[in-house]
Amino acid sequence: MPGAIYAEGLVKTFGDVRALDGVDLDVPEGTVLGLLGPNGAGKTTAVRVLTTLIRPDRGRAVVAGLDVLKKPNEVRHAIGLSGQFAAVDEYLTGRENLEMVGRLYQLGKRDAKARSVELLERFHLADAADRPAKTYSGGMRRRLDLAAALVVSPPVMFMDEPTTGLDPRNRQQLWEVIQELVAGGTTLLLTTQYLEEADHLAHDICVIDHGRVIARGTSDQLKARTGGERVELVVHERAHITPALEVIRAFGKGEPTVEEHTRKVTVPVSGGARLLAEVIRELDAHGIEIDDIALRRPTLDDVFISLTGHAAEAADDVGSGEPGPADAMKQEAVKQEVVKREAET
Amino acid sequence: MTVAGGTLSRRPVPTARGGAVQSVRDSLVVARRNLIRMRRIPEVVVFGLVQPIMFVVLFSYVFGGSIAVGGSTDPSLYREFLMAGIFAQTVTFATAGAGAGIADDMHKGLIDRFRSLPMARGAVLTGRTLADLVQTALTLVVLAIVAVVVGWRVHDGVPRALGGFALLLLLGYAFSWIGALIGLSVRTPEAATSGGLIWLFPLTFISNAFVPADNMPTVLRTIAEWNPFSATVQAARELFGNLPPGYPVPAAWPMQHPVWASLIWSVVIIAIFRGLAVRKYRSATA
Repeated sequence: MPGAIYAEGLVKTFGDVRALDGVDLDVPEGTVLGLLGPNGAGKTTAVRVLTTLIRPDRGRAVVAGLDVLKKPNEVRHAIGLSGQFAAVDEYLTGRENLEMVGRLYQLGKRDAKARSVELLERFHLADAADRPAKTYSGGMRRRLDLAAALVVSPPVMFMDEPTTGLDPRNRQQLWEVIQELVAGGTTLLLTTQYLEEADHLAHDICVIDHGRVIARGTSDQLKARTGGERVELVVHERAHITPALEVIRAFGKGEPTVEEHTRKVTVPVSGGARLLAEVIRELDAHGIEIDDIALRRPTLDDVFISLTGHAAEAADDVGSGEPGPADAMKQEAVKQEVVKREAET
Repeated sequence: MTVAGGTLSRRPVPTARGGAVQSVRDSLVVARRNLIRMRRIPEVVVFGLVQPIMFVVLFSYVFGGSIAVGGSTDPSLYREFLMAGIFAQTVTFATAGAGAGIADDMHKGLIDRFRSLPMARGAVLTGRTLADLVQTALTLVVLAIVAVVVGWRVHDGVPRALGGFALLLLLGYAFSWIGALIGLSVRTPEAATSGGLIWLFPLTFISNAFVPADNMPTVLRTIAEWNPFSATVQAARELFGNLPPGYPVPAAWPMQHPVWASLIWSVVIIAIFRGLAVRKYRSATA
């Protein structure tokens, strides 16, 4: 039986850009799929196809058991969409926004009102309920946007880069919301370019690049594909590098590598934390003083680079995983670029 | 935070849906939203009034006296003649408002949200144009008061005058559908505003709105006489009793039957542009 979100061979081109080039997806009910990829990889296009906003050139999609192409309006009753740019009317108050969306989900006046009260409360917007959304902070707008997507508690949710541009605190809050939603049985497709986010939230991950799924699996499976764990240590003095190498070689599965200027020695290992304790004891026995030692597992960054040959984000951001204003600007620029391209077709 | 869908009381059940009833209901929900916006951004309404009021005053006092209508350059005759033209020009400027509003909704991702909701397809646009209609009506009321202050009067009774205003509003409504299509076709509200205005200048000036068309070169005169805009101006003038004595009514059909011509033009514009705009909306995405 296909999952709550199912897609087969989705193709969508804008001019000569193949935004989707044969994408298959299958998200079992009650799970989270993280759609991971750099800007322009096709993530947003995939979401737009699945939420009935655009028709694919080829392929088939089923959401909540309903054919997206044949029964778009029924699909719209069963989904919630929370976009990258908080789509709320900034001149309406939080309450007015939610009531409007409720009415447009075809709720009765009373239901729409009651539901707004409830959502405002739950999303900690009750105090700001009667202020225009214009006066909200970025985090509050995102929460309002998400609340709007939840007006009818849709069984299937789509979130397109829900935390892009948010500060770490707001991001953390949104993650908690998402985790609660999923605990409540919602099926979620989440796009992100933050590897950390997919790692944290998603049961399954699809890595997508140039409109194609280039890898899928759990976070652990993907990491395992990139290779195992390693011990990284920093010795206190440069003179200790050579003796440290001697010690560590005995534990390693492969040849250790040295970074002279940071006094860092790295060696691939297997054996986990227990091994780490032994390494420390042995270094101690040899009188080698260390500043830092850690057991490192590959991050999704490593996975992404090994899969695509390029980083998930621009070089200066690799590994940081921290969304900053620069990211948002970059994204805006890329988005406009895509829009232009779409407009030309 | 405790916000999980599961912890919320229950899943609200949608009411009966589909068909014309839902269409009307959804349109009214969207219209209400746009009216709330207008109330919160009164500058837009105020600036929308400044220009036509300026036109009333400038045209009356600067051109009045130099433009002959019905063989007379009596400024009070020109003022009466002018008002229907300015009213009509004002209602067509609703185009820019509708266009800018819808382009803004596209730009901000609101159209994406609306399109992902199970709502009637035309409702976002119908709601917007209905809200514009309300704004246009308010503008006309203010403008009519200013016109009365500078000496404009209706001479054939209130019911006929209201008929004239109804035709003007219908024209404005028709033009806001053109605006809706422009708003969906451009990428920014700024482009929609200028794209909604530039063509209105030749349209409203190559007409009988400000000067009688009979002094224009033949080509322009023919355009002016068949201009949809002229039909409504002529109809309003007739219904207000503002045609100067001895004013020669051109032989062209729309000028001879301006009320019918105005109705037909407006309905045709709505039919065409509503169709195109709704079609465009169905595939519009930010």
